Amino acid sequence: MNETARPGAGREEILSLEGVSLWLSGREILHEVSFSLHSGELTGLIGSNGAGKTTIFKVILGLETPTAGKVLFSGEARPRRNRSIGYVPQSIGLDPDVPLRARDLVALGLDGDRYGIPLPSRGRRQRVDEMLQAVDAQGFADTRVGKLSGGELQRTLIAHALIAEPRLLLLDEPLANLDITSEQEVVGLLASIAKARAIAVLISAHEMNPLLPVMDRVVYVASGRAASGSTEEVVREDVLSALYGHHVDVLHVNGRILVVAGKDEVHHTGPESEHTAVPRGLG
Amino acid sequence: MIAVIAFVNAIFEPGFFTSEPVRVALVVGGAVSLVSAVVGVFTVIRGQSFAGHSMGDLGTAGGSGAFLVGANPLWGFVTFAVLGAGAMELFGARRPRGRDTATGIVLGAGLGIAALFLYLGTTHSNTTGATITILFGSMFVIGTSMIPVFVLLSALALGIVALLYRPLLLSAVSRDIASARGVPVRTVGLLYLLAMAVAVSLSCVTIGAILSTAVLIGPAAAALRLTRRPGLAIAWAAVIGLAVTWLGILLAYDSYYWPPLGRGWPVSFFVVALILAVYVAADLVSRNVARHRGRVVSSAEGPAGVGGRAQPMLSPVAGVD
Ligand SMILES: Nc1ncnc2c1ncn2[C@@H]1O[C@H](COP(=O)(O)OP(=O)(O)OP(=O)(O)O)[C@@H](O)[C@H]1O
Ligand SMILES: [Mg+2]
Repeated sequence: MNETARPGAGREEILSLEGVSLWLSGREILHEVSFSLHSGELTGLIGSNGAGKTTIFKVILGLETPTAGKVLFSGEARPRRNRSIGYVPQSIGLDPDVPLRARDLVALGLDGDRYGIPLPSRGRRQRVDEMLQAVDAQGFADTRVGKLSGGELQRTLIAHALIAEPRLLLLDEPLANLDITSEQEVVGLLASIAKARAIAVLISAHEMNPLLPVMDRVVYVASGRAASGSTEEVVREDVLSALYGHHVDVLHVNGRILVVAGKDEVHHTGPESEHTAVPRGLG
Repeated sequence: MIAVIAFVNAIFEPGFFTSEPVRVALVVGGAVSLVSAVVGVFTVIRGQSFAGHSMGDLGTAGGSGAFLVGANPLWGFVTFAVLGAGAMELFGARRPRGRDTATGIVLGAGLGIAALFLYLGTTHSNTTGATITILFGSMFVIGTSMIPVFVLLSALALGIVALLYRPLLLSAVSRDIASARGVPVRTVGLLYLLAMAVAVSLSCVTIGAILSTAVLIGPAAAALRLTRRPGLAIAWAAVIGLAVTWLGILLAYDSYYWPPLGRGWPVSFFVVALILAVYVAADLVSRNVARHRGRVVSSAEGPAGVGGRAQPMLSPVAGVD
């Protein structure tokens, strides 16, 4: 899929993957993945289990080195210590004993990679307070992180990732385990963060549904291959069929779109029941 | 005034503060427990209690080996625990489960060697003295000449923990986040194991190899019940570690005058018993505080409050722009 600059974008390119392939234990996990992320834009990384979403994050973070292709930050190679990327992993299996309040975890976002014991400072406290306020986390700022609810922890981790003022924010399945209310809260929060702070936000999800109202761009992943562009450009029968390597139907139902495997298709590694919907007013 | 003196005399048996071995025990034992407690906070939150326990058992091999060749057991403890730390890291895969398996394998090897050395030591010298000293420590027979060594090793372990304070906390939250931020998580993990090896070796000499785990884990676990702040947790652990050891030494000294034996109980026993008591007390306190807090919150919220904690409402764009 070609990268087509969106009309009226005028936005700065923060990150681009150019033909990234990755082999792990003799298997090709990613195949020539290309897309780019822009400041102020929220991009959805959509794909089913095992499609390669988390692996794409690891490549961006430099935790996996591509077998082929390039990862460029504003057109340049990766800086060695990258504070310009904020990262919220898929699940963090937090030990309930960890002696950290939500505010301590946010503070670690500021300087958790530094050595030595931090001196208490007013500036530091103030930045933490501001960040807690920005994600509306004051209500549980003093709660032990192991006791936070899923949505509260998610907001705390977003604050943790944002406080170092990254230019790129990566969130791996931030909506998993959230109920509909929290889901909408987190999505709205992320969309406003992208706009207000002019950073590029990449969110992975199984389902496009909750993201559609706010998503500027989509990167659709299937079996390590990716197609990217605007929703109208990507969520189409011809594009997704080519991506999956077999026919898929894109059905519009009640203003929603369902992506389902073609009827006469032999059971294959396909999108068996992927519900995606297109927002009203698109296309 | 007289009453106070009588009271002090009733607690501190005559000669407590003038006895040289007691003074050395107070200084060295206190320092060692403090170090173990501080290092132990991270052992607990990193989920490495098993590794900590294994270090003590490895220490047994080293200590008994040193005994056999006539060296100071401390060097045996340190050598084996540090080698063990390296082996655990070397065999340990990236996953925590792999790490536990690796620890188990190293532990098994260590115990085999310990059994051999203790056997040789006992049959050779025809005495069980070595075994008792290695397993239960020897707080009252540490020479003054060893004090600088103890102080240096204590400083080393504390220095490593101070240096790695934030990276250790961050990787306890998430290894992925830490490495994404550029923390060299494996190196940090290895250095931490080194600090743990030193701390455990020190307490092997004083408290004994089989009880070193209690000093490493106990005060830390109690401290983590009492506070949810990292700095305070470390402070609490240090205070508890120091207090139980000093109190243990006092009780052990007193116990020379206790019926029916009239020949003193081991310090280690008192220390471990006190740790258990403190842990139970801390647990009770934390439960009470939690219950109390819950009551306050729910009454403040009134009938609408569900689940105890206030759920702040978030409008999609609130507070960001
Ligand atoms: N280190 C590795 N070695 C071999 N295969 C791997 C490795 N890491 C991931 N894979 C494989 O790569 C594929 C993609 O994994 P990835 O975790 O990126 O999927 P995902 O899209 O994040 O899935 P999910 O939605 O379940 O989180 C999977 O088939 C997985 O088994
Ligand atoms: Mg994943």
